[in-house]
Amino acid sequence: MSTAGDAAMVGPDADKPLLSIRNLKTHFAIGGGLLRPKGGAVRAVDDVSFDISRGEVVGLVGESGSGKTTIGRSILRLVKPTGGEVVFDGVDVAALTAAEFQPYRRRMQFIFQDPYASLDPRKSVGAIIGEALSIHRLGTRAERPGRITHLLEQVGLGADAMARYPHEFSGGQRQRIGIARALAVDPEFIVADEPVSALDVSVQAQIVNLIQDLQTSLGLTMLFVAHDLAVVEHLCDRVIVMYLGRIMEIAPKAALYSRPRHPYTKALLSAIPRVDPTIRKERILLEGDIPSPINPPSGCVFRTRCPYAIDACADVVPPRVTVGENHVSACIRTELT
Amino acid sequence: MDTQGGVLQALARQARFLTTALRRLAAGARIFQLGHRMGDPMQETEFVTMPDSGAGYPVLRVRNLKTYFDTDRGLVKSVDGVSFDIAPGETLAVVGESGSGKSVTSLSIMALLDKAHGKVVDGVMAFRSKDGRTQDLRVASEAEMRKIRGNDISMIFQEPMTSLNPVFTVGDQIAESVVLHQKLSRPAARKAAIDMLKVVGISAAEKRVDDYPHQMSGGMRQRVMVAMALSCRPTLLIADEPTTALDVTIQAQILDLMKRLQREIGMSILFITHDLGVVAEVAERVAVMYGGLIVEEGDVVSVLTRPKHPYTIGLLNSVPGARRRSGEEEGPKRLYAIPGNVPDPRNRPAGCLFAARCTHAIDACRAEMPPLLDTGGGQAARCIRWQEVAS
Ligand SMILES: Nc1ncnc2c1ncn2[C@@H]1O[C@H](COP(=O)(O)OP(=O)(O)O)[C@@H](O)[C@H]1O
Ligand SMILES: Nc1ncnc2c1ncn2[C@@H]1O[C@H](COP(=O)(O)OP(=O)(O)O)[C@@H](O)[C@H]1O
Ligand code: SF4
Ligand code: SF4
Ligand SMILES: [Mg+2]
Ligand SMILES: [Mg+2]
Repeated sequence: MSTAGDAAMVGPDADKPLLSIRNLKTHFAIGGGLLRPKGGAVRAVDDVSFDISRGEVVGLVGESGSGKTTIGRSILRLVKPTGGEVVFDGVDVAALTAAEFQPYRRRMQFIFQDPYASLDPRKSVGAIIGEALSIHRLGTRAERPGRITHLLEQVGLGADAMARYPHEFSGGQRQRIGIARALAVDPEFIVADEPVSALDVSVQAQIVNLIQDLQTSLGLTMLFVAHDLAVVEHLCDRVIVMYLGRIMEIAPKAALYSRPRHPYTKALLSAIPRVDPTIRKERILLEGDIPSPINPPSGCVFRTRCPYAIDACADVVPPRVTVGENHVSACIRTELT
Repeated sequence: MDTQGGVLQALARQARFLTTALRRLAAGARIFQLGHRMGDPMQETEFVTMPDSGAGYPVLRVRNLKTYFDTDRGLVKSVDGVSFDIAPGETLAVVGESGSGKSVTSLSIMALLDKAHGKVVDGVMAFRSKDGRTQDLRVASEAEMRKIRGNDISMIFQEPMTSLNPVFTVGDQIAESVVLHQKLSRPAARKAAIDMLKVVGISAAEKRVDDYPHQMSGGMRQRVMVAMALSCRPTLLIADEPTTALDVTIQAQILDLMKRLQREIGMSILFITHDLGVVAEVAERVAVMYGGLIVEEGDVVSVLTRPKHPYTIGLLNSVPGARRRSGEEEGPKRLYAIPGNVPDPRNRPAGCLFAARCTHAIDACRAEMPPLLDTGGGQAARCIRWQEVAS
């Protein structure tokens, strides 16, 4: 189904997106344990297609368990996709051998939500960043300390950070180290997986500004995964809304926030608590929880919680409908919204 | 689960409690003689808003609470002179970044501190229980506190898994808490547990009652916690970041549920959060904490729309989309970020704790700790320059 709507999904630089995801599926087999039927699978990502242009920052939002992290990990081959294409700079990297993929490991980098878990506690910050440089044979041994110092400065840390260990830093500073490590190898594309979700709001603002400055000055292309829709609105050019492994809506930022079209996006946006207590807005209260991705609802996966659902919603996976410029919604009742 | 033992225990507790209750009454009465000084903007306010509810005085009045921890690396003054009131039926939000002392404040009230290291070293926590008696929770015995925790004050936490027992079904756990308060037979208790699950909006309650906690989603577990916490129809619910771990859609459900049950039971809520949006959603009044102290307090609309303390102003500006609210068409290119970091709790500076990060700081700010100053309209800020800052 996604082939039909694909033309509508393409970003502004339609000729040559840096990244084209086509019909990506990542399912996790679940073993024939006592409680689960043998042969079942977690359909973490199910038939997902989208493009990202060079220099574009695309937000990926949705409730936890909707498949955001799995998409990021599938693109970077941290997990093996079950099917589909991940076309990066014209090459389907999902089809490459490990050796063929090696150069792409440098060009695509991952920033983690919990930098602490991703930083080796026994290594100094200098060693952590130095290791990234040596794996990819960047610079001579003599050049590296200078390069590391420069990277630390870029992320707002002093050169004295080099000799210190991850535990000596606060959460925000650790995230800066994680960013420095990702940038060390001069990547073109970055998946940032909830990089500010665990941070306090004042620290979050500092890191969001840092990411924004680096993205602009280095011309990075970015997939920014978050569940905080306000941060995404601030940082991203376009937004992809996921639910239960599937894409519900893709829209330029302004259109998504001013006129969301998919019932799920509407509910999600209406649930964000607003800081201004004088704004009293209509809330769409979704009932229940996100269903299990092992046995997702037929047809539209959102139908069990959708206030607009009708019988027909159970029949087919809704195709993407173009509802505006670069704006698509996967709902058969788009005329309602 | 031995529910009968629970009932006997509760009765024994009650008997012991009655003997000490009278003794405590005198202490409670003394607490409420604290006066209310307002008017002069440079005069420290004793407290900001004395609720004018017909019920007379607040459910909980905390004065000058200080809770310190003795650690290997020195004394941590986690809470260092906190005062607030909660009126009957009111929701007070305590908001602040991590480490500001929110959880330690609530654990001090509940007498659930890690006693090997932490201690309430000063202050008064005057709590009025259902029967109208007032006592200082700081000096209450462990037996009295157990009774209060079972009858008058309930608490819910960020991660319900830590307070639910993984080896008992949720039905057994709710039944136990129900039996503690209403002397019911086992089948009646099970029926009551199912009813409670229905009240908190769990569908197929008859089936879910036999679930173990791990079989439920985070949102459902939090509903179970709400059911258990409210089974005694408490006077005060302390909710410590109850929705922080949940998705916004599930958070909206839980907040909705809490508000509905608050209306039914009429309890007060001390709602701890780091999310200013949640504050706007749930609270009538708000206290902003920084470094173990309240730096600003007032009704929600005043504090969130006309903040007086530079820290509150900075926090509000750090929220993405904040400045567009104040009339700008497009959001700002960059977020406002408060410079610097929270001071080390082991080594706090003299004077205003925010001075190192404050663009308005002058020498006088560093000389001594600013008092909480009345800024009018039931609002107060711990800033000697609030008049210049706000203008
Ligand atoms: N390695 C794995 N094995 C099995 N299931 C997984 C694995 N990783 C993720 N999942 C499942 O896939 C679904 C999507 O997860 P994830 O991509 O982490 O979602 P999100 O990042 O949106 O919260 C979830 O149901 C999750 O439990
Ligand atoms: N058990 C403890 N031992 C030592 N220090 C503690 C303990 N509990 C809390 N603290 C310290 O007290 C301060 C306030 O903590 P807390 O009340 O948990 O903050 P919040 O809930 O606002 O994030 C922090 O500096 C924290 O490290
Ligand atoms: S297809 Fe049906 S169930 Fe799905 S979002 Fe549209 S109306 Fe709702
Ligand atoms: S007292 Fe001084 S340093 Fe502290 S917040 Fe006010 S102006 Fe800033
Ligand atoms: Mg994730
Ligand atoms: Mg806390």
